[in-house]
Amino acid sequence: MLQIMEGSHAVAEAVRLSRPEVVSAYPITPQTHIVERLAEMVADGDLDAEYICVESEFSALSSCLGAACAGSRVYSATTSQGLAFMAEVVFNVAGMRQPVVMTIANRALGAPLNIWNDHQDSLFLRDSGWMQMYAEDAQESMDLHFLAYKAAENYDVLLPAMVCFDGFILTHTYEPVDIPTQEEVDSFLPAFKPYQRLDAKDPISFGMYATPDYYQEFRYEIHAAMIKAKKVLREVGQEFSETFGRDYSELVEGYRLDDADVAIVAIGSICGTIKDAVDEMREAGRKVGLLKIRSFRPFPYEEVRTALSGVSKVAVLEKNISIGSRMLGAVGLEVKDAVGKQGADVYSYVGGLGGRDIRKRDIQKLADWAEQGRNDCFFGLREELL
Amino acid sequence: MTGEEKEYFDAGHRACGGCGPALAARLITKAAGENTIVVASTGCMEVFSTPYPETAWKTPWVHSLFQNAAAVASGVEASIKKQGRSEKVVVIAGDGATFDIGILCISGLFERGHDVTYICYDNEAYMNTGIQRSGATPYDADTTTSPAGKLSTGNKRPKKDIPAILAAHGSPYVATASVAYPADLMKKVKKAINTEGPCYIQVHTPCCTGWGFDGAKTMDIGKMAINSGLWVNFEMEDGVVTKAKKVKREPVDAYLKSQKRFRHLYRPAENTEEIAKIQAIADNNAEKYGIDIKMPDKN
Repeated sequence: MLQIMEGSHAVAEAVRLSRPEVVSAYPITPQTHIVERLAEMVADGDLDAEYICVESEFSALSSCLGAACAGSRVYSATTSQGLAFMAEVVFNVAGMRQPVVMTIANRALGAPLNIWNDHQDSLFLRDSGWMQMYAEDAQESMDLHFLAYKAAENYDVLLPAMVCFDGFILTHTYEPVDIPTQEEVDSFLPAFKPYQRLDAKDPISFGMYATPDYYQEFRYEIHAAMIKAKKVLREVGQEFSETFGRDYSELVEGYRLDDADVAIVAIGSICGTIKDAVDEMREAGRKVGLLKIRSFRPFPYEEVRTALSGVSKVAVLEKNISIGSRMLGAVGLEVKDAVGKQGADVYSYVGGLGGRDIRKRDIQKLADWAEQGRNDCFFGLREELL
Repeated sequence: MTGEEKEYFDAGHRACGGCGPALAARLITKAAGENTIVVASTGCMEVFSTPYPETAWKTPWVHSLFQNAAAVASGVEASIKKQGRSEKVVVIAGDGATFDIGILCISGLFERGHDVTYICYDNEAYMNTGIQRSGATPYDADTTTSPAGKLSTGNKRPKKDIPAILAAHGSPYVATASVAYPADLMKKVKKAINTEGPCYIQVHTPCCTGWGFDGAKTMDIGKMAINSGLWVNFEMEDGVVTKAKKVKREPVDAYLKSQKRFRHLYRPAENTEEIAKIQAIADNNAEKYGIDIKMPDKN
């Protein structure tokens, strides 16, 4: 059913339809509308879940971890400072192989305090062992939750997943969203069957400590599971496409890329603006395309390499900065690695930090810069700093 | 065989001989019985009882971090409630995890009213990292971060009153216990897990390594603490002290002299001023909890 709704409410609908048994969250801007709507759903009996009003994000994820270990499908949502506050538990959830799904309403990290969008918060946890998917619009924000649960709970994966969508740009914007029925979602995402759980009838120990004799093997297994997650994500994406008619069979999405000389690469909602900019540049006779990366962890190296095999220049639009890095941004580092030395020149352009607006003319400038071979740099900076 | 004869904390763990916390774990799990899920924090007990791939726990057991056992337990409780299961959720965490780093999560658990029994094994310092002071370290104790020295007589602050803090959260049952009185400890554990809502038990668990005494003397040291008045075994129901173990009190000297952590109070010379301050703590405890056995008037 097509409905005009706020991005946050689309996510809340996705969560309701995924039937989590325990929801635990702490409100933080711009995530608040999700958890408020879920609280309403529980209060009205539309979502049959235990809703834990925790005292902090740290406890939100900790209680999700406990509930997952006890055998429940769980949900949380956060952003920015809240995610940073959870960081220790973020690593533990992955290390303990619990398929927690958490929405990240992407927001800049302080200081200075800033509530607006960039991708620093989730990218800061890219090495934690969580899958990370980035949505372009409200529909994708919704759909990725179904994929996230299904992939996370797959016994070949058993890793948690972050569904990332841009704070305010998506959380607080109204768009038409096609909401599936409960029956449709149930058939795609059956009830949670934990691999192992805390159970007095079959007692086992979770989260033990491991000496140097064993620790490294655990880390290897998490890594191996993340590699396997690529295949699983493609499979569940394919199944989703067949069920719901929206294509998630690949972890990347090319837009007018087939004959392009210059590619712009990005994650998140900015891909919508880039598509418009690409259309304008195409009308002006320029062979420019977009490569949208939907899954940042696992990173689809082969797909990125294939998608960019025909282009000579790549402009990676980064809403994050890896401070002190030569490539400047986390996405560019991965793209450069995927493309390899013989492939296109890859440039990392940092902008849109802390909610700084990125317009179509900025996108055109990035295409120009890449074409000219301009080095990795910031764009849209106040001129007095240059 | 009655339930109490079954063991849920197995032999073969790696605790020191005479470890108070290991004894506490055994007594707590024995009292709680098989229908129990144990949530643990990082600490001595986790390290000596669960080196992968071995475990001493015969109940389901889960550990995540140093500071989040109460929050993990909140989730476990919510999950089993949702599933309609009947297990009891028991947290077993050390004093560092309880008094210091974990208090945010514990406060949250108690304020939300989860049906969880939180048990702190109080060995009065961070022991598995090498005997550093915690908020549970008693006044004047010598630890590696509160060392006695030329300008210092050891730990500068008295123990934080966690039982009072948790009672103030509206806990229906808060108690203190000691491994030196196993029957009393087990009775309190049973009472706590059968009381609905968040309950707290703080168990005095002498640490032979950290406090500096012979591991054969753990029970004696625990009893001396009670007899000195420096540790009081009591129960609070709905915020009111309903019971406290009465003793014929002895001066604190014997207890202090029994452990290396207080040795500096007697060497090179007896520090009468500091010992008097510790005696005052014991006297204050005695008055506050009314533990003194009144001797009949000889006249």
